[in-house]
Amino acid sequence: MSYQGKKNIPKITSDRLLIKGGRIVNDDQSFHADIYLEDGVIKQIGDNLIVPGGVKTIEANGKMVIPGGIDIHTHFQMPYRGTTTVDDFAQGSKAALAGGTTMIVDHVIPEPGSSLMEAYDQWRQWADEKACCDYSLHVDITHWNDSIKQEVDNLIKEKGVNSFQVYMAYKDYYQMSNSELYEIFTFLAERGGIVQVHAENGEIIAEEQARMLQMGITGPEGHVLSRPEELEAEAVFRAITIASQTNCPLYVTRVMSKSAADIISQARKRGNVVFGEPITASLGTDGTHYWSKNWAKAASFVTSPPLSPDPTTPDYLNTLLSSGDLSVTGSAHCTFSVSQKAIGKDDFTQIPEGVNGVEERMTLIWDKAVTTGKMDENMFVAVTSTNAAKILNLYPRKGRIAVGSDADLVIWDTDSLRTITAKTHNSVAEYNVFEGMELRGAPLVVICQGKIVLEDGNMHVTSGVGRFIPCAPYPDYAYKRVKARKQLAVLRAVPRGMYDGPVSEFSMSRGGTPSASARTSPTKQPVRNLHQSGFSLAGNPASGHGLLRKPI
Amino acid sequence: MSGTGYQGKNSIPHLTSERLLIKGGRVVNDDQSFFADVYIEDGLIKQVGENLVVPGGVKVIEVNGHMVIPGGIDVNTCLMKPYLGTNPVDDFLQGTKAALAGGTTMIIDHVTPQPGDSLLDAFECWQEAADKKACCDYSLHVDIPQWNETVKDELELLVHEKGINSFQVYMAYKDVYQMSDSELYEAFSFLKQLGAVVLVHAENGDLIAQEQRKILGMGITGPEGHPLSRPEELEAEAVFRAITLGNRVNCPVYITKVMSKSAADTITQARRKGSVVFGEPITASLATDGSHYWSKNWAKAAAYVTSPPLSPDPTTPDHLHTLLACGDLQVVGSAHCTYSTSQKAIGKDDFTLIPEGTNGVEERMGFVWDKAVAMGKMDENQFVAVTSTNAAKIFNLYPRKGRIAVGSDADIVIWDPNSVKTISAKNQQSASEYNIFEGLECRGGPVLVLSQGQVVYEEGKLQVQQGTGRFIPRKHFPDHAYQREAEQEAVTRGMYDGPVYDVVPTPKYITPAPSAKSSPTSHQPPPIRNLHQSNFSLSGAQTDDNVPRRSGHRIVGPPGGRSNITSLG
Repeated sequence: MSYQGKKNIPKITSDRLLIKGGRIVNDDQSFHADIYLEDGVIKQIGDNLIVPGGVKTIEANGKMVIPGGIDIHTHFQMPYRGTTTVDDFAQGSKAALAGGTTMIVDHVIPEPGSSLMEAYDQWRQWADEKACCDYSLHVDITHWNDSIKQEVDNLIKEKGVNSFQVYMAYKDYYQMSNSELYEIFTFLAERGGIVQVHAENGEIIAEEQARMLQMGITGPEGHVLSRPEELEAEAVFRAITIASQTNCPLYVTRVMSKSAADIISQARKRGNVVFGEPITASLGTDGTHYWSKNWAKAASFVTSPPLSPDPTTPDYLNTLLSSGDLSVTGSAHCTFSVSQKAIGKDDFTQIPEGVNGVEERMTLIWDKAVTTGKMDENMFVAVTSTNAAKILNLYPRKGRIAVGSDADLVIWDTDSLRTITAKTHNSVAEYNVFEGMELRGAPLVVICQGKIVLEDGNMHVTSGVGRFIPCAPYPDYAYKRVKARKQLAVLRAVPRGMYDGPVSEFSMSRGGTPSASARTSPTKQPVRNLHQSGFSLAGNPASGHGLLRKPI
Repeated sequence: MSGTGYQGKNSIPHLTSERLLIKGGRVVNDDQSFFADVYIEDGLIKQVGENLVVPGGVKVIEVNGHMVIPGGIDVNTCLMKPYLGTNPVDDFLQGTKAALAGGTTMIIDHVTPQPGDSLLDAFECWQEAADKKACCDYSLHVDIPQWNETVKDELELLVHEKGINSFQVYMAYKDVYQMSDSELYEAFSFLKQLGAVVLVHAENGDLIAQEQRKILGMGITGPEGHPLSRPEELEAEAVFRAITLGNRVNCPVYITKVMSKSAADTITQARRKGSVVFGEPITASLATDGSHYWSKNWAKAAAYVTSPPLSPDPTTPDHLHTLLACGDLQVVGSAHCTYSTSQKAIGKDDFTLIPEGTNGVEERMGFVWDKAVAMGKMDENQFVAVTSTNAAKIFNLYPRKGRIAVGSDADIVIWDPNSVKTISAKNQQSASEYNIFEGLECRGGPVLVLSQGQVVYEEGKLQVQQGTGRFIPRKHFPDHAYQREAEQEAVTRGMYDGPVYDVVPTPKYITPAPSAKSSPTSHQPPPIRNLHQSNFSLSGAQTDDNVPRRSGHRIVGPPGGRSNITSLG
């Protein structure tokens, strides 16, 4: 893998750093060792390292040193009906770094009908200009035809994109039919891509929205009432079914409810290759706020699928995250100002969707899962960083503290206690959906590309230093099993004698059948040779069947 | 219940003079069993009890402690379903004869109009044929092949005037019968208002179409392609979706033909969560499995073709019986729809053209007894429930049908739990050449069957009269299915009167009511802000000043300047 940075950016390669006395925590083990960083890469790990003189030393004093977090789901600077989200790549990645996340993966969302490649270039340009940390991109497939196929192919082969999101919701806009989903899944499975789905049943949502509005419910509570969690669970179930038919690894973005999470964990127990991504909001708060009397507050929680009104949801999702049934965490950070949200003041279906969470993600998981005893520190590293790196095929460059890996590190302070509030957060949004929550655990020092970006509570970020990290297709983490199954799942026809009995007269009026058979009986000779017939009434049931079923 | 007019047809010579006394039997209903005599007159049960006072000269049937059960109700038959211009070999005569021989005294047949046909015309056509031929009472389900406005009117008519309360919709058969989720939602909502029971053929038709193409492309054209292109997951997926839809519109959902373990499990889980959903396994899924699709004998393999297909997993029948016994599945149908081998051979070169359907109306009760009761999974009362009573309740026939009680119809079966019979196409009533249960031994069977108070089957002999079957109308809103409703309310809040972004008029998605672009519309408060009434606070000192706004975007604010205040009006 060539780590090409951009030429026009002043490189920070002269930085040399020694982290002394820390406890390195990877997803598999924890151990005490020093780390020496040079040129943005981890050069040495061990005790009593021999390092050049004059190296800056950070004393970790036995604190945890973990791989920098990877936020696998953000929407920075996302265009929406002529406006953009208030956190651009600079502001968003700054917030990410403040929370201990050193890499983000943003979603490219082309308008339906426009070129994926152009949208990709546009996002690259925006991010290259402003991002303060490394980034990768997912590309959303918002419509499907042959030219899109070609573009997807190019994106995988030449542009370093290996994950594509499709939508089962947003009827008449982004939504794909089951047949289209089947084709996309098949196509991506052949090319080693990861299919991400936004899983909600868009058709039922459209009906429910119409019903809510008709009932006079126009406020943000209509959002959650028209998108009950069942619709999420249903779509997840359907997506898993299609993925299993097409033998394609599946990634469910934004797991927001208990029932959706249950479907994923059941499918994993059956052996399906499916990954679930709860987000900061679903792990930290619930949907009771949609009924807030304060419109602006209620609207700030609007995201899709919605937060579940069931207040036991966050705890449950944290449990499944700890047990490994859910695999990675994102933030789906997508912030709109109150005045932008107010586009939907008279009609909840017009409220721009999105919540904050990129900054709070790691702290929140530490507080809700690790300090409560659900999860250990290694699992914490797995769900905040390592698993994401594996799915994106960036491991071990990202997501691990090892010689040769990128120098994206966080010294984690398990004792810090702070209160989340919009006053102090790094996002420019006026609201924070976690307002007032006291959370334990926070980054003490953040090192990105070998440079200290957070120390003593002060941020030192440079806009534009973030590099695009290309992701290769066929990540082992998802495709090893898929490849093995492909070899097993060979279907064979049963060799039988030709049926040469009589055939009823029939009229081909039924539409949509793939091929019409000849109307007459035996195609060869009109004389039946009874000795060769494989046909017998009340035949013996002894016939074994030469079929190899799919193992799953 | 006896208040509803039991009008028979005038043209049929009624056998009302028949008076019968069944002596010494053990009456088994779905709730209890007890020893009692049953006195029958005019096709109705007149008395149940011991030492009955009956008129002299009554014919007495001594049953010597045998079980006396309500006649079975087969909720799913297709005795007239046309396929590419041909009809099943068992018509209403042949089919009802087979039903009676198996202890089933009532069938509910599916009216299957083609897309574009009038439902009403199809219904009348079916009713006419059945009135001429049926030997036992019958009712009809009407299948909805497509969804549009005219269908709505016809449905209303069928429910209110024709006595139909159950309609089937299809999630499979792409481009023919299949409905989209939106159409299903509308159909469910509409049928719910009418108080009808929604029957669902649950399979994901889109995926099946794709899989069929794939399988044919691989050169698999035989009957094994049928189950390969319709894996049980697609059934489970559709069941899950149907239940979701049912929950959304608060409508009871009835899943026809539960063929696989995973579909049955999905139903079970939904019932645990409180959904109103009923599951109907059929004779075939309860007694055999899909391994026969790989038979070297094409005609035999084709005989098993039905949709959803029989599961190739041989543990399926056992699992379904367990769920039936514990009440997670409620009723047993047969989906009896038999085509001759030459009809099946329409699909000899392409499995997608094989007409779908298996036999089972005659074997239905026997196999439930053999596989569930004789195995100790189920007791005799539950046996009555799943073969008769539950069906009568769901489709609003209870207690006229499905129970032995005073006033109920005299559809009665004397059941012998010890009889053993080997199923074979040679001695079946059905006219088809194949019996998919060929060679299976079945314990339990009827000794004597009474339909409308008449002995129609005794010691292996049928004495039926064509055309005696009556159409039984069913009322809407069956109690067993219809209850529960929830309400949603809007939150009352003050109008939001802060700034609103001016948006480009490309709607995000097609929404029914586009909102006004400007700020408060009509109830605008006076331009003086009353800060005391405000409940809005921007959690703290930050302002919008650092918000990067792109120039060229106008912020529409109320008179008096931009504000972020929401005031309670």
